[in-house]
Amino acid sequence: MVTDHLINESLLQVYLFECNQLMEQLEQIVLSVEESNVYNMEDINQIFRIMHTIKGSSGMMQFNQIALLSHTLEDIFAFLRANEAITADYSRLTDHILDGIDFIKEEIEKIENGKPADGQASHLIELFQKFLTELQGLDQPPLNSALEKQIYKAVLFFEEGCEMENIRAFNVVHHLDGLAEVLQQTPEDLMNEKSMEEIRKEGFKLELKSLLSVEQLKEHLLETLFLSRLELEEGAGASTPSDLDIELEPTDQQEKQQQKLENKLVSSTTTGSSTTSMISVNVTKLDKLMDIVGEIVVAEALVVQNPDLQDLELDNFQKAARQLHKIINELQDSVLSIRMVPLKSTFNKMHRIVRDMKKKLNKDVLLEMVGEDTEVDKNIIEHISDPLMHLIRNALDHGIESLEERLKTDKPLQANIRLEAKSSGSDVLIIVEDDGKGLSRTKILDKAKEKGLLRLPEEDLSDKDVHRFILHPGFSTKENVTEFSGRGVGMDVVLKNIESLGGEISIDSREGEGTTITIRIPLTLAIMDGMNIRVGPSRYTIPITSIRESFRPREEELITDPEGHEMMMVRGECLKVVRLNTFFKVDTAVSRMDEGIMLIVEDKLAPVCLFADELIGEQQVVVKTLPNFIKNRKKIRGVTGCTLLGDGSISLILDFSDIA
Amino acid sequence: MTELVEANSLVTEEDTLRGKFLTFNLEKEVYGIAIQYVVEIIGMQPITLVPELPPYVRGIINLRGKIVPVMDVRIRFSKEVRAYDDRTCVIVIDIKDMSIGLIVDQVAEVQAIPEEEIVPPPELAVSRDRFIQGVAKVGDQVKLILDCERLLNMDDLEELGSIK
Repeated sequence: MVTDHLINESLLQVYLFECNQLMEQLEQIVLSVEESNVYNMEDINQIFRIMHTIKGSSGMMQFNQIALLSHTLEDIFAFLRANEAITADYSRLTDHILDGIDFIKEEIEKIENGKPADGQASHLIELFQKFLTELQGLDQPPLNSALEKQIYKAVLFFEEGCEMENIRAFNVVHHLDGLAEVLQQTPEDLMNEKSMEEIRKEGFKLELKSLLSVEQLKEHLLETLFLSRLELEEGAGASTPSDLDIELEPTDQQEKQQQKLENKLVSSTTTGSSTTSMISVNVTKLDKLMDIVGEIVVAEALVVQNPDLQDLELDNFQKAARQLHKIINELQDSVLSIRMVPLKSTFNKMHRIVRDMKKKLNKDVLLEMVGEDTEVDKNIIEHISDPLMHLIRNALDHGIESLEERLKTDKPLQANIRLEAKSSGSDVLIIVEDDGKGLSRTKILDKAKEKGLLRLPEEDLSDKDVHRFILHPGFSTKENVTEFSGRGVGMDVVLKNIESLGGEISIDSREGEGTTITIRIPLTLAIMDGMNIRVGPSRYTIPITSIRESFRPREEELITDPEGHEMMMVRGECLKVVRLNTFFKVDTAVSRMDEGIMLIVEDKLAPVCLFADELIGEQQVVVKTLPNFIKNRKKIRGVTGCTLLGDGSISLILDFSDIA
Repeated sequence: MTELVEANSLVTEEDTLRGKFLTFNLEKEVYGIAIQYVVEIIGMQPITLVPELPPYVRGIINLRGKIVPVMDVRIRFSKEVRAYDDRTCVIVIDIKDMSIGLIVDQVAEVQAIPEEEIVPPPELAVSRDRFIQGVAKVGDQVKLILDCERLLNMDDLEELGSIK
């Protein structure tokens, strides 16, 4: 049914979202517990609740392997919860949980990508059960060995007058799917009235084969609704048949269900109260809101800067227009801030990587985090996680020396990696700093020579230039390829990812002391303050933050060198002059210096003087990218986008790195 | 149930689009574009120049807030340039994720041309014919059916030649 499918879609979305959240939470708890090496009651309770929730929702969504896995983990923690005195092998438990998390994460990823969740968790489940059995062994002799499949005989009696016993029996069998194999069931055929009678009188008899312990099986069968009595015994294979007859009062059964529901509610409210009243919003709604706000900005300009109003004296109108402008600015700021998310969650992912690599590489590393509350646009968060992971891996794998090497130096044995985020102007800076062995100038130069990348003689290359070679595709000075790095496919991909966000990478390294990699990303590309200028019939826009000053130059101030390049002296600095009409090949009547206007613009490179016909005015512009047809073709030098002016005409946004 | 009904209406929509062509005049010839690509037809608009584009891409226009590049079909087909008058139109087409406006002398009409009437073009080396997908005979008129994808897919070789 079409509608069913739609409902399932949103249910699935919620499920995936919830699972991802819980996995992150769980990982955090586990990693912090590992540091302190103590599982206190609160941690155990939390983990139990998380596992219980996952078991429930996965079961409902019919992802049985995940449900089974979390069920087993839940059992372990149920046991730990009930038996405070037991001290288990915690590091083994942590490893188990992390393996479980990895399995679930993998399956979730498959589901997110539309593929079937076909992973088999039986191997892990066996390990976990072994762990549990050992735990139980510390407490009391185990009832049966959980590794082999046991044969059980169960008889279920339903409450009097509950009707449809055959359907309920069918449900029981259905719920045993994946947990136990039904060898025999009496009555065989559940699809007729006679079976209903039979079950009413003699109960529903099952012969099962299962990996589960008798405790687990009992617990599972007890979940059956309207069950009034359960007889469970081990069949062939057990030395001591244990009869477990359980008479349940109807109220008992309902109470149990009630309790379970309450537990679930309690757990969900506690998780709710720890995060200050939040609401999760679909990102497409946010995007739409952003688009509309963008259009309001343009519409405001269209109204306020309307050519119809050009020469009129409208005091009241101007006042009202200013008020409107103020409000729209506020609206814009608010909406932009909605999309801003703290980097915390991304940074926290790094903990796991550091932990895993520390163990594998046998290095002692402390990961320090500063400024993780810095907020960036959600879009940036999604694209920054992979590059960051790569940089951290590099620091751990290449940068930080092995324990023996560090002993030889006078550096502390515990290496330090600092991950910092801070905002600087309209950009956000993310810094990865390690105190490892730094980049080796000679090694890089050798590799560069090998790859034929050297254009200038070695001596002319500054350290910074040499360091930048590592961003080249396929570049790696590592002799052998490890599972973590050495293939040389990393840094150039990192660079590409950062550049696609409009950002850049800078590398600073001192041999023997360490390396610092700084990523700079502009916070928002969409709306910016621009200065509109005119050259002939064409209009261009320059981001205001890049304009240092503007003035009307005098013809005498223009200097031309023997090769025809034009320059101008400004307060002791000699700056290159670029005539925009020549650069963009636009016809204009203005050619004398004193007829036009000079703008000194400064971006990341040296300042440049741009010569234009006139300044049109300041405007808050919505940056639009050039149409795909042009973008896909080639990059237009000097132009990075376009925008609509108040009179509906199009203005091209300038990109100085090409003009300089 | 609703699924079936929806699917049916989709089929009929496509059916009504297929086999229909928007025809326009260019000098003596009549060209046709499959109507499923055509988004709208608008009058001439002020064009903003964008540097470093081939001469047949005149620039970009503002179409109700959307930036659309425009291509002069005369120049593309290496014909003489003619001044734009009040009959000059821009046919906005949408292919894959690209929109582009084609500047033409005059738009004629929407015609249904059955598939049997369309034959593949002769193998001529003239550059103009690379854009022709088929030749249709309607009555005693011959209409040249444009291959829109080729039109948008400028060869890089040609491009390199136009850059100084």
